[in-house]
Amino acid sequence: MIPTSFEYKNAGSVADAIGMLGDDGQILGGGQSLIPALKLRLNSPGVLVDISKVDAIKGISDNEKSITVGGGATHASIASNADLDSAAPMLVQAAREIGDIQVRNRGTIGGSIAHADPAADWPAVLLASDANVMIQNKDGKRTVDIDQFFKGFYETALEEGEVITGISIPKSGFNKNSAYAKFKQPASRFAIVGCAAAVDIDGGVVKEARVAMTGVSECAYRVTAVEKALVGKALTAENIEAAVGDVTEGRDVMSDHYASEKYRTHLASVYAKRALKKLL
Amino acid sequence: MTKYIGKSIKRVEDKRFITGQGSYTDDIKIPNMTHAYILRSPYAHANINSIDTTAAAEADGVVAIFTGSDIPEAIAGVPCGWQVDFKNGDTMKEPPHPLLCRTKVRHVGDGIAIVIANTKTQAKDASELIEVDYDILDAVTCPKKAAEEGAPLVHNDVPNNMAFDWELGNPKEEVSAAMATASHVTELDFINQRMVPNAMEPRSAIGLYDTAYDKYTLYTSTQNPHLIRLLMCAFVLGIPEHKVRVVGPDVGGGFGSKIFHYVEEALVIWASKEIGRPIKWTSDRSEAFLTDAHGRDHITNAKMGFDADGKIVALQAYTYANMGGYLSTFAPAVPTYLHGTLLQGLYTTPKINVDVKAMFTHTNAVDAYRGAGRPEATYLLERLLDLAALEMNTDPAELRMKNFIPAFDGVEQEGYVTQVALQYDSGNYEPVLKRALEMVGYEAFREEQAAQSNGKLLGIGFSTYIEACGIAPSAVVGALGARAGLFESAQVRVQPTGKVSVYTGSHSHGQGHETTFAQVVADRMGIPLEDVDIIHGDSDSVAFGMGTYGSRSLAVGGSAIVKSVDKVLEKGAKIAAHLLEASADDLEYAEGKWTVKGTDKSVGFGDVSLTAYVPHNYPEGLEPGLDMNAFYDPANFTYPFGAHIAIVEIDKETGHVKLKRFIAVDDVGNVINPMIVDGQIHGGLAQGIGQAMLEGAQYDDTGQLINGSYMDYCMPRADDFPSFEIDRTVTPCPHNPLGVKGAGEAGAIGSTPAVVNAVVDALWKGGFKVKDVPMPMTPERVWNAMQS
Repeated sequence: MIPTSFEYKNAGSVADAIGMLGDDGQILGGGQSLIPALKLRLNSPGVLVDISKVDAIKGISDNEKSITVGGGATHASIASNADLDSAAPMLVQAAREIGDIQVRNRGTIGGSIAHADPAADWPAVLLASDANVMIQNKDGKRTVDIDQFFKGFYETALEEGEVITGISIPKSGFNKNSAYAKFKQPASRFAIVGCAAAVDIDGGVVKEARVAMTGVSECAYRVTAVEKALVGKALTAENIEAAVGDVTEGRDVMSDHYASEKYRTHLASVYAKRALKKLL
Repeated sequence: MTKYIGKSIKRVEDKRFITGQGSYTDDIKIPNMTHAYILRSPYAHANINSIDTTAAAEADGVVAIFTGSDIPEAIAGVPCGWQVDFKNGDTMKEPPHPLLCRTKVRHVGDGIAIVIANTKTQAKDASELIEVDYDILDAVTCPKKAAEEGAPLVHNDVPNNMAFDWELGNPKEEVSAAMATASHVTELDFINQRMVPNAMEPRSAIGLYDTAYDKYTLYTSTQNPHLIRLLMCAFVLGIPEHKVRVVGPDVGGGFGSKIFHYVEEALVIWASKEIGRPIKWTSDRSEAFLTDAHGRDHITNAKMGFDADGKIVALQAYTYANMGGYLSTFAPAVPTYLHGTLLQGLYTTPKINVDVKAMFTHTNAVDAYRGAGRPEATYLLERLLDLAALEMNTDPAELRMKNFIPAFDGVEQEGYVTQVALQYDSGNYEPVLKRALEMVGYEAFREEQAAQSNGKLLGIGFSTYIEACGIAPSAVVGALGARAGLFESAQVRVQPTGKVSVYTGSHSHGQGHETTFAQVVADRMGIPLEDVDIIHGDSDSVAFGMGTYGSRSLAVGGSAIVKSVDKVLEKGAKIAAHLLEASADDLEYAEGKWTVKGTDKSVGFGDVSLTAYVPHNYPEGLEPGLDMNAFYDPANFTYPFGAHIAIVEIDKETGHVKLKRFIAVDDVGNVINPMIVDGQIHGGLAQGIGQAMLEGAQYDDTGQLINGSYMDYCMPRADDFPSFEIDRTVTPCPHNPLGVKGAGEAGAIGSTPAVVNAVVDALWKGGFKVKDVPMPMTPERVWNAMQS
């Protein structure tokens, strides 16, 4: 469990970090995915640029129309944030169920979505929340709509030399009424399936719904069929049952020694319903 | 006299462990020490065409690289410590287990080369430069498939991959005849899956050769330093034993996996002389998954017959036991004398036969793992009993009560002679089950279960077990194939000031000996606990030892200590008699002093010990000093027993099982430190329940371990369990001076079938009449059981 040798650089700011990366550098956030990969020698960057001490991207700030979660915010800091708990409770629920205490204290939301593990919790939650990902590179800053961010198996819209500085969560009606439900792989406690559901209810009927799955396929995705089926109806157990069909349609469902394709497909529907029913 | 015995004294060793001041093998630093990394086979079965170490040898910091061909032919490899021959009398197949592979690899993780460098990083970096040319061959990982015609051979000279076959009990014809009379026969095919021991401290070994003294020192994370010394010196390296010191310093858990003599221990000793520098090797976690001897791995078919009254009339069991690629130190004993001999259980079954085939496969070696054979036997019996109760529509608790062996204390009543070669020491089985039923609130539970209607299925599972511990009478195990005696030694060295140093051959690696043994000594000598120090683990200070495993430390090691203490007191009495001008026969010893009976004339232990070392006024002809050795060879095994009950709730939609309650009532004989025994029971339960619900090594068909990390191999965590509800009954062991039976394995032996039985019960009550859910009972497996 000894990594190959690398140069370690401690960045004082995001701009600093981008400058330090060079040709074969890699950003180190909380290290909860990267360090094990280094130790197993599955990854061997020449330079490791540590951004875990860049305070500017660690905070969670409540703006008028959104909440900005710093890319360096730890899962633990999200789990205990009262503003998020009120504006988008699914973020807090998801954060509380990530890994274990050590993982939550070290791991960061930016690191997690940059890594884009297909079984990570954040991708589903951020898809459901209609978040924007704030990115910095050597030329400046850009923002990516979350719907355009996850591209595939460990693949995102993030390019070489870029750092995630924050995630902006709209203070919307659907985020205020949101929930996350997850069936855990017992060893890693990643999601075998996870579903994030955010539903805006107006005048007794669903005005807008966003439902996203993780753990099921190569990357997290929204289940627009369920979203559409819910709109215009009252949010009731019966309507949820009717709206949630096969939530894996059109997806290549993963199969591993914890969950076969058939079982995972079944669980995906169960957990889509459970996430939505948490909102009843 | 019992100021300490029976009290939950806090563990004296915990100060150093909790404050991070323990000294484990990897903490030891020796001047000029080098570091080793072992290049291991990535394939389960392959011929080695060539190994090119040229580039690696030139890498930074490399001191030496050795491959199999560098090791002298005379060093054939590590031996097996137990011989179990074929039924027909043929000798057990015992192919060599070389220190490093020469021409062929037999499991993923088999050693190819040892790279020795100034730092561990340099050694590992250099190992990546070694080029090995393999011809990859087909592998077999399943012990049953290994026996099939045409299966790939693990060792070319072992036909059908069979190490031995073995049988015990009544002749098969008698069992069949009895089975034929049964009004109901329950039959079950099941797998007792392979477990990875996962001690917290990975294995580590330091080899040191001292040219000045021509002496070797091996520091190793072991459960039995003296046995390692004996095996390594006499059977591997041919080094005189008195020239080797083996130290097992603080050891962070073993669970059986550190009993065995591993190739790395002999390698670092041999290579340290070759290079003239000390060598440290420490396993990383990935290596530990691949090379620490695994446990269990049985494929079993078993049948139990019942008469119309529910009395068991016959038991027939067939097992394929996976040995892995090589025979580890105790491996042959586990599926045989530690498994077959326990198939009487707590029951009066009149006819029993067990038939075992021990198979080589292209997997890591399998050997003793917490419980070793006894969990397999308990699982077999207890699964059959609960299943039979479901099939016969009778109550599983009543079915057991009906079949229990009646109480016997081993003093007034003879020990119970089983059909499978043992004589139980003492037992009283009904009270443990009755107490467990009382604790669970059995009738109320059945009502709650029947009323359940919230999409969940409730189930209850039982397990009433017996184990054979305190191993073992040397002559008995010798007759059964052990190549060692299983006694224990102790030395009680009284210092002139009356302080006491106790040297024990038992080895503590989590058991709390430094506390429990001190409680025994302090009470027996009537001195303060603080005046007693327990020393273990170093072959240069402890005369001899057979180590710690099989719940034997207190029953065997503790008894040796008691014998030594008694010898000290006997000699002390002679000195005291001289000082008191009385006859030794007229003295009585209590609370640390000898008193002339019926008088107030007395002399304290400290005065006597000082006199022993300053023998100015001293009995004529008596040697000075107060220092006594004893060896204790037990008269029999000890037989702890108990009743475990699990209550589970299944989520019908997902198959997820929640363990709601777990009740354990154990009888481990007398208890010295209740807190430590409770801790042992809790730890054992976590492992046993972990096997039922979460753990299990998975090899794919090519012999790759596909869950060799904590991201995939699920170790139980505290939040997987409810708070355990435990209690005890006490049936003292009649044949050792402390009346103790051993508590280290009970939790792991009893609990596993209780949990599986509870899940099967829940499924039956929910209308899904399945016989088995394979372990670990993952949600998908439970869900599958509900899809049929």
